[in-house]
Amino acid sequence: MVEVHLWSSLRRFADGQESVEIEGKTVGEVLKNLAAAHPGLAPAIEAGAGLTVDGTFLGSGRNHVLDPEAEVFLMMRIKGG
Amino acid sequence: MAFDEQKQDFKVLGTRPDRPDGLDKVTGKARYGADAYIPGMLHGVIVRSPHAHARIVKIDASKALAMKGVKAVVTRADFADGQTGEDWNVMENCMAGEKALYDGHAVAAVAATSALIARDAAKLVEVEYEVLPHVTEVNAAMTEGAPVIREGAADYSVPDGMHPNVVRYIEFGHGDLEKGFEAADVVREQTYATEATHQGYIEPHACLAQMGSDGRGEMWVCTQGHWFIRRMSAVCLGIEVSKLRVTPSEIGGGFGGKTTVFIEPVALALSRKANRPVKMVMTRSEVLRATGPTASASMDVKIGMTKDGKMTAGKAVFRMQGGAFPLAPVDSALACAFACYDIENVQHEGYDVMSNRPKNAAYRAPGSPMAAFAVESLVDEMCRELSLDPIEVRLMNAAKEGTKSSSGPTYPRIGLVETLEAAKAHDHYSAPLGPNQGRGVASGYWMNWGGETSVSLALSEDGSVTVSVGTPDIGGSRASIAMMAAEAMGIAYEDVRVNVVETGALGVNEPTHGSRATFASGLATIKAANEAIGKLCQRAADAWGIDAEAVVWEDGHAKPSGPNAGEFPPMSIGEICAEMGSTGGPISGHFEATPNGYGGSFGTHIVDVEVDPETGRTTVLRYTVVQDAGKAIHPAYVEGQFQGGAAQGIGWALNEEYIYGEDGRLQNTVFLDYRVPVASDLPMIDTVIVEVPNPGHPYGVRGVGETGITPPLPAIANAVAEATGARLRSLPMSPPRILKAMKG
Repeated sequence: MVEVHLWSSLRRFADGQESVEIEGKTVGEVLKNLAAAHPGLAPAIEAGAGLTVDGTFLGSGRNHVLDPEAEVFLMMRIKGG
Repeated sequence: MAFDEQKQDFKVLGTRPDRPDGLDKVTGKARYGADAYIPGMLHGVIVRSPHAHARIVKIDASKALAMKGVKAVVTRADFADGQTGEDWNVMENCMAGEKALYDGHAVAAVAATSALIARDAAKLVEVEYEVLPHVTEVNAAMTEGAPVIREGAADYSVPDGMHPNVVRYIEFGHGDLEKGFEAADVVREQTYATEATHQGYIEPHACLAQMGSDGRGEMWVCTQGHWFIRRMSAVCLGIEVSKLRVTPSEIGGGFGGKTTVFIEPVALALSRKANRPVKMVMTRSEVLRATGPTASASMDVKIGMTKDGKMTAGKAVFRMQGGAFPLAPVDSALACAFACYDIENVQHEGYDVMSNRPKNAAYRAPGSPMAAFAVESLVDEMCRELSLDPIEVRLMNAAKEGTKSSSGPTYPRIGLVETLEAAKAHDHYSAPLGPNQGRGVASGYWMNWGGETSVSLALSEDGSVTVSVGTPDIGGSRASIAMMAAEAMGIAYEDVRVNVVETGALGVNEPTHGSRATFASGLATIKAANEAIGKLCQRAADAWGIDAEAVVWEDGHAKPSGPNAGEFPPMSIGEICAEMGSTGGPISGHFEATPNGYGGSFGTHIVDVEVDPETGRTTVLRYTVVQDAGKAIHPAYVEGQFQGGAAQGIGWALNEEYIYGEDGRLQNTVFLDYRVPVASDLPMIDTVIVEVPNPGHPYGVRGVGETGITPPLPAIANAVAEATGARLRSLPMSPPRILKAMKG
């Protein structure tokens, strides 16, 4: 199980919870299971929201294996110019 | 990807060799977008809407097509349909469908045998419009009764009840805001505004497109990212991505504005229709009217602070319009707003708003300069009110490794404190000031980016090295990548050539954006070099009849190592490569990945200004940039990035702005009226490179391209406040506005 912290604008899609416990060994599995457990989050994930793991956004790291002790946030993808 | 054994001892990194593109650029040999030429090529010109918002009733091109020399006219009907999401936005922005959404929006295009004929023919394309009400200002665009740009454009995030022009809503934060403000001795709240500004690259957009009757095409183009150009163009044309081959030219500036398409799909569509190559070159007026400036912003900030300067709570509510499509950078602005601070209670709220302006594009740290202007101005206002030193207050509240960032995640190793300490120790900070002069300080942040990256490194018969990268060189990345290759291979910088290659030569590469090229292509180059070194060691081991594990690579030579390796004279890279054809074939290294270990970069700026009390003109007297580079590969290029960011920020702070008339048309469409700073407007910008290694790169590199534009806006506002006693909370701080503020 991985504890995923949610940005507050995403919490209303997960019954207002600040964080949720989700099964999954990799970033991709957690995102898939997040969308299944909380269908309201699916559009956000499809729009590019991804996991920040120990301070690094892993939007393109779906195969990254998660440490169960890692600090994990579901955040929007942000990039520059 | 953490690198526990990060290299510390460098031979090539940190030196200042000649830039590989220097000779070509100063002798005029460098080939830019407009230099492309094919015999028989046509010239394309776009017909643009003179209205800010209008329904397209009818387009009649018969008179244009009757002109001698005109070979094709295209409208939206000549492009593919059925795109969704951002693909639809890109298509609609390149060529209007049912409605023209802003002044300058493309509605048709003409190809003719000369640019002159094409321009004349474009005037003969008759477009019948039904003019609609328009709105160009962000607060007006989200007010009840404002003209609706497009129904149904809002995404999942927008709660019910908001105006249809609000297309994204963002909220995040942590702690107890109310409790945080209660703990403060002083709570202040102000509203700030910034106007849209353009990247101001010297080279206008230019491309040459060729579509064959077999459905395959080729394009030469000035761009920051030719794989993006290929994919977006293919989507607009309705063809497979691999049918297009895109080659980048030299680039005369981009700053984020050349990461997307404007004329490229149009040139391809004209070529497909005319069955001839088509070249398109934008005018400066077209660049300002119809490419992507950054967003304009309206921002409320509230901060709580104790009397000794401890920040107890912070709240930011930002509204940004990014033109007639979604994706104003309000998310990144909010993520950067309080990034410099360790605040227990913080809350952010953002509104992405559509208006009748051109689709905003990325501009150097998108959103962060506006956010810094709002937050760093208010921090300065409170420091002055409480008679506190602005650097001491920032040090007291500074984010550092282990701090829970304002956006949530815990920071890894970062270098903000080091930039503040260096700024405090700099003699600029304690230099005396004269009458009508003021000093401002501000910090800023950009999180940087990794992105899809593919690099190949090939060895020549003489042991010299060619590196193929897919990230166009907009700020010196060929030099920095050559230096990293030389460092890894143990050879001279002069023995490495770096080429930016076309889309057929490598796997997908994201553009040079997000300050990623030196970080990501550099990391991939080091990995590719290590693969090649493994092969070189194997060849030496084969020659000596020992195991490859018993061979080490040092200073460009394979050497036997270990008690049982035996005694052999070192083999140089040249000796091994001279024989490679007969010892197993060519030697190369390759690496592809999406590296995630990009480290954010913080900076702190100090600026002195003098304000003429009679005219309101601001002269920048002295400017110092202090920024964390992780590891400066080529210090002169790093300094150049710092100075370039500061120069653009000075322009944004003092003069640059998009000015729209009541008719919704852009009023300042040339550089005479849209005033970017020139050399005579700027002092020599001093730089201090701080090096706090990024744990996510083998040499500790952090991207440095974007952070430098974030602190200038507030730093100059803070300096003007000290010089005049007047606080300007709206940019630009042009002379009339300063005079008005001084008169109260």
